[in-house]
Amino acid sequence: MNDVLSYQLFILALSIFLGFALISKVPPLLHTPLMSEANAICGIIIVGALIAAGIESESPFSIFLGTAAVALAAFNVVGGYLVTERMLKMFKKKDAAK
Amino acid sequence: MTQTFLVQLAYITASILFAFGLKFLSSPATARRGNMLSACGMLLAVLATLAGHQIISWQWILIGLMIGSAFGTLVAFKASMTQMPEMIALLHGCGALASVFVDWVHYEKLLHEIIFSISAVESIMLYLSIVIGALTFTGSVVAWAKLSERLPGKPLLFFGQQWINGLILISILVSGALFFQHPSEIMYFYTFLAFSCVFGVLLVIPIGGADMPVVISVLNSYSGVVACTTGFVINNTLLIVVGALVGANGIILSIIMCKAMNRSLTNVLFGGFGQVKKRTADGIKKEAHPISVEDAQLILEAAKTVIFAPGYGMAVAQAQHAVRELTHVLENNGCDVKFAIHPVAGRMPGHMNVLLAEANIPYDQLLEMEAANPLLETTDVAIVIGANDTVNPAAINEKSSPIYGMPIIETFKAKTVFVIKRSMASGFAGIENDLFYYDNTRMIFGDAKDVVQRLVAEFKTK
Repeated sequence: MNDVLSYQLFILALSIFLGFALISKVPPLLHTPLMSEANAICGIIIVGALIAAGIESESPFSIFLGTAAVALAAFNVVGGYLVTERMLKMFKKKDAAK
Repeated sequence: MTQTFLVQLAYITASILFAFGLKFLSSPATARRGNMLSACGMLLAVLATLAGHQIISWQWILIGLMIGSAFGTLVAFKASMTQMPEMIALLHGCGALASVFVDWVHYEKLLHEIIFSISAVESIMLYLSIVIGALTFTGSVVAWAKLSERLPGKPLLFFGQQWINGLILISILVSGALFFQHPSEIMYFYTFLAFSCVFGVLLVIPIGGADMPVVISVLNSYSGVVACTTGFVINNTLLIVVGALVGANGIILSIIMCKAMNRSLTNVLFGGFGQVKKRTADGIKKEAHPISVEDAQLILEAAKTVIFAPGYGMAVAQAQHAVRELTHVLENNGCDVKFAIHPVAGRMPGHMNVLLAEANIPYDQLLEMEAANPLLETTDVAIVIGANDTVNPAAINEKSSPIYGMPIIETFKAKTVFVIKRSMASGFAGIENDLFYYDNTRMIFGDAKDVVQRLVAEFKTK
């Protein structure tokens, strides 16, 4: 247990650094798409939701929660990526806009 | 063994793709590729999960996926660019609620085991995950309602708010402590879940409309933290990595927003802006100089350089397309046109850039505040449209002003400043703007869209 935990904390620490390094390079111009992109990848919770909805369970309540989690996470992922794509498509350079 | 290993490999690949997705966002030229890569990473993670785990019942998964994707697609295509902040708030809320449900299922599963066992770390993570997830969910819903004007945008304050918040916080902590001692008691679980939901509402309700960029960034950060703690609960490293990336994103954006308003995060979140004492009139009657659209056009015709300072008011008046037309007319007249974007212009970080991009204004014409300010000294005309506090020189000149120290777009340095405005009313913060009384300032009264369209018409009749 402690082995797993220390390994996970290790990953966490490095990921935080990676996040700061990557995101501080994004120009303010793209901050809104950045946020919707971050939002979309946050929908990675769908991975947990799929497992929650797919495992064998006798309790109908658990099945309901799992299914709702899948739906919400799918909404987050699909909505997030599509809206990011829609926004990024609008950013044009001077020559292209005319 | 090999199967789980393959799933882990897929997860690692997915996190690399997510990291590249964010890296490519550092330039508008590569950003779309980044989004595509990131989406591929997500698909890979989903497929690997479906293939790798002992998934038995498919029908619920399919139903959930179909409902979620259908609504996601619908909302993503229907939302206008002015609605982006509320859309993002809604997405944050859904993600956070999904995390809460995942944790809840995990807890239910533990309760149904023959021998209930939970480690200390697991129960702490479960507790944190539920508390932050629930308050992010209700907080995001309130933010969404405020942004979409289903709730009034102004701060809602009531008597004894701080006390009630304190009591609820204590309740969350006490039920948490009881939960650690008796983790199999579902009552404690329900208690802190319910109190966290209420806490989320109370946290966002007192925050005013113009502070929304900070709120959204903070909620973004929280949703990352929730994904992270959920990763610890269900033992999933991919969730931990992604949660950390998103958490960092939210923190950076919150800090940028706070710096742009020269306020601390605690001040934005816990202190209403409304408590600022209004400056008493100093007796000197100041006079603004109005100008007609016809005269304004003559000045613009002679201008070689024009810088727009747009604010959220421009989007409210739906004037961005008219502004684009004016830009074209000016450029055909041999004028160099740029836009100076204040970091907090709009209702979320970078919102103004998206609104202008939607109106087909090329992004190389959009300048950040730091880049625009040195140019303003040599600019012939600065046009303030729908902005107020972000161009208020009191932020530089007046130590007593509540916005003193806030970085502004220094439009007052331009040779002539046009302010397009409905009336002389003060801005969101209720602070009078001395810019209106400067000798080089000319006020064009009227609706932003209407004024700009009339300016364009004036050019065309010549």
